[in-house]
Amino acid sequence: MADLKTNFNGIESPNPFWLASGPPTNCGEQIMRAFDAGWGGAVWKTLGDPIVNVSSRLAAIDYAGKSMSGLNNIELITDRPLLTNLKEIAAVKKKYPNHAVIVSLMVESREEWQEIIRRTEDTGADGIELNFGCPHGMCERGMGSSVGQEPKLLEEITAWTAEFSTIPLLVKLTPNITDILDPGVAAVKGGAQGLSLINTIKSIIGVDLDSFVPLPSVRDKSTNGGYCGPAVKPIALHMVAALARDSRITVPISGIGGIETWRDAAEFIALGAASVQVCTAVMHYGYRIVEDMIDGLSNYLDEAGLSSVSGLIGKAVPNFMDWGSLDLSFKTVSKIDADKCIGCQLCYIACLDGAHQCIHTHKGDCRAFHGKSDHGAGVRDCIADPVRHPEKDLKLLQVPFVDEEECVGCNLCQLVCPVPGCIEMVER
Amino acid sequence: MRNHFPLSEKRLENHFTDEKPLYSDLEALLEANRCLFCYDAPCVQACPADVDVPVFIQKIKSGNLRGAAKTIFSTNLLGVSTSRVCPVEESCAGACVLNEQNGKPVNIGRLQRYATEKGLAEAGRQRRPLFTSGPSLNKKVALIGAGPASLACAGTLALGGVTPVIFEKGRLPGGLNTTGIAPYKIDTESALLEIEWLLDLGIELKTGRHIGVDLPFAGLLTDFEAVFLGVGLGKDKFPGIPGETETGVWGATDLIRKIKNEADFTIPASMTKALVVGGGNTAIDIARELAMLGMPEVDIIYRRTEAEMPGYPHELRKAKQYGVRMLENLVTREIRKSDTGRLVLAVDHKLSGEKTDLEADWIVFAIGQASHVAKLNPRLKTDDRGRVSVNPETMETSVSGVYAGGDCVNGGKEVVNAVADGRRAALQILKKISSET
Ligand SMILES: Cc1cc2nc3c(=O)[nH]c(=O)nc-3n(C[C@H](O)[C@H](O)[C@H](O)COP(=O)(O)OP(=O)(O)OC[C@H]3O[C@@H](n4cnc5c(N)ncnc54)[C@H](O)[C@@H]3O)c2cc1C
Ligand SMILES: Cc1cc2nc3c(=O)[nH]c(=O)nc-3n(C[C@H](O)[C@H](O)[C@H](O)COP(=O)(O)O)c2cc1C
Ligand code: SF4
Ligand code: SF4
Ligand code: SF4
Repeated sequence: MADLKTNFNGIESPNPFWLASGPPTNCGEQIMRAFDAGWGGAVWKTLGDPIVNVSSRLAAIDYAGKSMSGLNNIELITDRPLLTNLKEIAAVKKKYPNHAVIVSLMVESREEWQEIIRRTEDTGADGIELNFGCPHGMCERGMGSSVGQEPKLLEEITAWTAEFSTIPLLVKLTPNITDILDPGVAAVKGGAQGLSLINTIKSIIGVDLDSFVPLPSVRDKSTNGGYCGPAVKPIALHMVAALARDSRITVPISGIGGIETWRDAAEFIALGAASVQVCTAVMHYGYRIVEDMIDGLSNYLDEAGLSSVSGLIGKAVPNFMDWGSLDLSFKTVSKIDADKCIGCQLCYIACLDGAHQCIHTHKGDCRAFHGKSDHGAGVRDCIADPVRHPEKDLKLLQVPFVDEEECVGCNLCQLVCPVPGCIEMVER
Repeated sequence: MRNHFPLSEKRLENHFTDEKPLYSDLEALLEANRCLFCYDAPCVQACPADVDVPVFIQKIKSGNLRGAAKTIFSTNLLGVSTSRVCPVEESCAGACVLNEQNGKPVNIGRLQRYATEKGLAEAGRQRRPLFTSGPSLNKKVALIGAGPASLACAGTLALGGVTPVIFEKGRLPGGLNTTGIAPYKIDTESALLEIEWLLDLGIELKTGRHIGVDLPFAGLLTDFEAVFLGVGLGKDKFPGIPGETETGVWGATDLIRKIKNEADFTIPASMTKALVVGGGNTAIDIARELAMLGMPEVDIIYRRTEAEMPGYPHELRKAKQYGVRMLENLVTREIRKSDTGRLVLAVDHKLSGEKTDLEADWIVFAIGQASHVAKLNPRLKTDDRGRVSVNPETMETSVSGVYAGGDCVNGGKEVVNAVADGRRAALQILKKISSET
């Protein structure tokens, strides 16, 4: 069995699965149960100057009958007393010496940082994560993402904290910027020993059309929140990869954003993450999801012939290139497997209206392009008469066919086809 | 895969097709995604073998089929056959919360079949077994009968490092799971394939050994650390009426075994009618099997009303779709031969007392199976219905070191109950052995 042990710049954990700072890491009792369920580490809910949280604070997008494909929150940092949190951190660390306990912090002045870092280190915590990412509430007070969006400020505060801390220091980045490299490089320059990303994405998730209050509403008003959950994974993956392939980023990355299964985690790791963090999926299903993550990842590593997680870290990074480096001579075309096709004609209509008019149908009028192959480069300034293809074989009547000369290999038909493995893109 | 148990192609069973075939990948994914991943889920509570349904379904969703199979087998070593033979309408799926949401529960049985078959296939391809047995404790346990109860017990023992030795009187292992279950649910090959996998966990199987006939029971207790009784039930019961030994009069499980396992057994084409006496699932099964094999008329004769039948309503509904008829409130009196040589079943109406003669080619009695444990060891305590008395926590019988489970204890339930019993006994035996060493 593959070794899942993780060493993140000195922070050790039995596996790379950490809980992200948020409601699942509010208190010691929760984190102890999470460790018992299998989580390798946890980033404590951000500590700072106590605040009051609003009600309600969460809203979500349901997509096609699945709840919470995207989650939006307007919760701030912890609303529990600092001393209580610190005591619990010490208790957890004492009971679980081999698990990673990292404490997320967010304060303002240099003196406050010095004070809170000292008190955090006294608990025996393994690391500190600076929350420069929260995009709602805290940023209005000059903290959270308002730091993460100002590379200079971020570098300065990171440098203070690096001066004060003796344990590994992670900087958690906000995705609410133009180029993730700016804050990423600034954090490393300031002395960060690891980067965590992404925090949530500034968002409004919806509007109540009866009351005209955006969601989630706090009595009759709302504010922008932070977006997370499965929907944000692609954005997070890109940002992790962009940092991982940059030579100036010399510290490990903890990948966060929409991770729900071992597969999501493996993708983050392949794109350069040394550990991963999860918030929304645990809020949805509980700590128990980690069992499949551990089981699935070790099975995957065994299958891939990798003896440890470290062998997977960054394996896909060299293949993440700028567009300009891609091979323009590489061509694929769509191939439909007539035996698997169920005749829904979704590929036909997708290619006809949404792509390049090169999938044809036997079923009645075919409106695909019937001229000489030009990949849409030629003149098409009138509606051509439809063509009726001979209905040779009744069984094949439902099965569309691809004009391989005309197909540009965009993949759309394969994406819309509801039957796995029915449309294949083959090299030409 | 090795094939220890060759079967003839010419079996009536091969006329049946699989009622609920293996899901395609897409079907499985769509169905898995309907599951809400409930916490403390009612489907789990309804499963006698404690299968963690939401977790294995979550693993199907994440593409971790090997893990899904492991989750199932870790509490139910007969995960393949139970996925096909469990009456899920009455257990897990019947308890699914979606029954209240939109009336259509998650199809747990078919997802379990997908997970176990695909997971085992994946493990085979990977040449990495799903489970590896613990270090050998150099202890042996004897198991009598190779039905689901013993197989589950033996598999659990093997994983715990104890060597199980099963003695089976028949040629094929699997008990009624191999010889009795309706062929549209599971065929003999599939049942045996699962057993091959189980045997590979480190089970010794000795077929053709009838304990109490070929080998004495008493010797087992001295040669082995413990003995597990998974002997199921005995021969089909008959009502004790005149004429019940005529040719053409069958016991239901005997006839089903012939349909399933016996080469060249056929139903003569000249036959037009069969009567099945009984009101349980075995009666419904054999009636439907005969109807599906082309018997033009099949009537179930039951001494009470349809509403009082112990057989499952969903099973009776399906049998009726194949033309099976229900005749209620009829008590059998005697069997005669008619002038033309056919069988005549004389019945009395329970309420009106009206006497009727029913003519048929075959009469099948499905009124239960006799208990046969008393023959093994007279010291074994049984209840008034001949069921072995056990401590329900440990499955230990009145004879110290002798455990029992499955049909011989519960009087005839489902495969999954036998599996749960077998596992419980094995865990107890392992606990005892490890506390002694
Ligand atoms: C017709 C029919 C249909 C059924 N359909 C279903 C169904 O659809 N779903 C479901 O879940 N359950 C079904 N069942 C019930 C299920 O098959 C049983 O509950 C289950 O097989 C019981 O397992 P067991 O191990 O206790 O006993 P059995 O399966 O009866 O196995 C006992 C084994 O012990 C052997 N044996 C007995 N005495 C000795 C001895 N002295 N020495 C050596 N070997 C011995 C026998 O040969 C047999 O192989 C059905 C039962 C019948 C009769
Ligand atoms: C309700 C809620 C509260 C959060 N609170 C914090 C916090 O206090 N500190 C922090 O660094 N991130 C916080 N986050 C962000 C998460 O740690 C995480 O970065 C983000 O949700 C993306 O991961 P996910 O898609 O797995 O949820 C919070 C997220 C949610 C949903
Ligand atoms: S999840 Fe818990 S705290 Fe939140 S609204 Fe529901 S009951 Fe209240
Ligand atoms: S989308 Fe797929 S299934 Fe539908 S018609 Fe096209 S090839 Fe066939
Ligand atoms: S009750 Fe139904 S929806 Fe809930 S976990 Fe079980 S199968 Fe899934």
